[in-house]
Amino acid sequence: MIASLPQLPLASIQGAVEFIFEPQPSNVTGGALVGGLDQTVELALTQLEVTALALLLSLVVALPLGLYFGHRGTGELLAVGLGNAGRAIPELALIAFMAAWIGVGVGNLTIALAVLGVPPILTNTFVGIRQVERAPVEAARGMGMTELAVLLRVELPLAVPTIMSGVRLAAIAIIGTATIAPLAGVLTLGDYIINRNVYGDDGVLAGAIVVALMALALEFVLALVQRRLTSKGLKLSPA
Amino acid sequence: MSSGSLPLAAGELPDSFFQERTSDTLPCQATNESFFCFDWARENLDIYGTPTVQHLKLVLLAVLVGFAVAFSLALFAHRRRWLQPPLLAATGVLYTIPSIAFFFLLLPLTGRGVDTAVIALAAFNLQIIYRNTIVGLANVPASVTDAARGMGQTSRQTLWRVEIPLALPEIIAGLRIATVSTVAIASLATLAGGGGLGRPIFQYGIDFKTNILLAGGIMVAIAIVFDMLLLVAQRAMTPWLRAARA
Repeated sequence: MIASLPQLPLASIQGAVEFIFEPQPSNVTGGALVGGLDQTVELALTQLEVTALALLLSLVVALPLGLYFGHRGTGELLAVGLGNAGRAIPELALIAFMAAWIGVGVGNLTIALAVLGVPPILTNTFVGIRQVERAPVEAARGMGMTELAVLLRVELPLAVPTIMSGVRLAAIAIIGTATIAPLAGVLTLGDYIINRNVYGDDGVLAGAIVVALMALALEFVLALVQRRLTSKGLKLSPA
Repeated sequence: MSSGSLPLAAGELPDSFFQERTSDTLPCQATNESFFCFDWARENLDIYGTPTVQHLKLVLLAVLVGFAVAFSLALFAHRRRWLQPPLLAATGVLYTIPSIAFFFLLLPLTGRGVDTAVIALAAFNLQIIYRNTIVGLANVPASVTDAARGMGQTSRQTLWRVEIPLALPEIIAGLRIATVSTVAIASLATLAGGGGLGRPIFQYGIDFKTNILLAGGIMVAIAIVFDMLLLVAQRAMTPWLRAARA
């Protein structure tokens, strides 16, 4: 460690930014050019693609279950317990094991990442629906709404903020973990980070910068989506 | 630093450490047919000792640093409400940046090693602990703090003798979430040269399920034990809750 005097951060950042936009000669591949805008965009798009697929799969699995259990008021142990247990899953072991067990590739990776997305969405949907006050629910029943209408037109709109915060937690976990996707044979920006011997320190820092920006951008977009959905829900709930 | 061919910090463990074991046990690893190779596990359990100790150290340091910073911030912002939204946003940014990216964003500043891993993991923790502390303090009924003031307590006495004890269940709930999440995410610390139980997984790769299950299993066990310990601590620190229930 003493031998490695820290470089000036400014110089490192400049190197990383150059790496993102212009291909640089690699140390190990005989000076072949690596990095550059084309490769960075390709890796970033792959990472966004698996993130979107995994988030979608998590929603498809967790949302109906959370709505059902939340509306019925049963299965609290499953819904909340799974959320707590989900936090304890070590990302690295999960991706590695799923790759070994069901195989590599985008489809298998999507399933592995969805394992991280299901618990927060399930827990937050369940809690969000349960937290809806009983008075509007009883009123809706009294007006002759079917149970499905009560759930979809009264409980769901009121639970949107809680559900969306679960979706955001899931999205953050998934996009972060998608960084180690190269372990499962899918090249994402993690390739820059994990294969330091190919891309060098500039590549590692470049990967980290782009991953961080992508995660922040995704969180920002989902916050906007939450705002949009919530205002719509509040407009619907008096109906 | 010597630039090794692996993204693992050189000198963390002797290079021969894993290689010797691998050659000993090649048949079990090479077939990769068994779901879990008990014979190999029994004979090689000791190789997880050092990574486990490193993992425990990472988690304890990260949670301690995270708690010290987040708790101080929360106490400071408790009576200064205008500070709460910007602090929530700032800790939110640190939470959102994936730890694996954070490790390497720190690289130009702190290099590879345990320090870098601890800083990144602590940064991830901040928001969970900060938010729970703020919410816990805000949930203390005004009648209770009024009574404390009426009895002549200063603002500081009210905080330490009334508000913080009453907020303990929420504060410790945040600590439990932070600790369990940190145990899981510390699996990636090995990429930053921080060691831990992610190291054997990178060392053997995805072709050896027994190793992945063992390393992953130890991490889950650590998470459960920490969670239980914090729950017991919370029970011990809030005896009035049991008295109220009885």
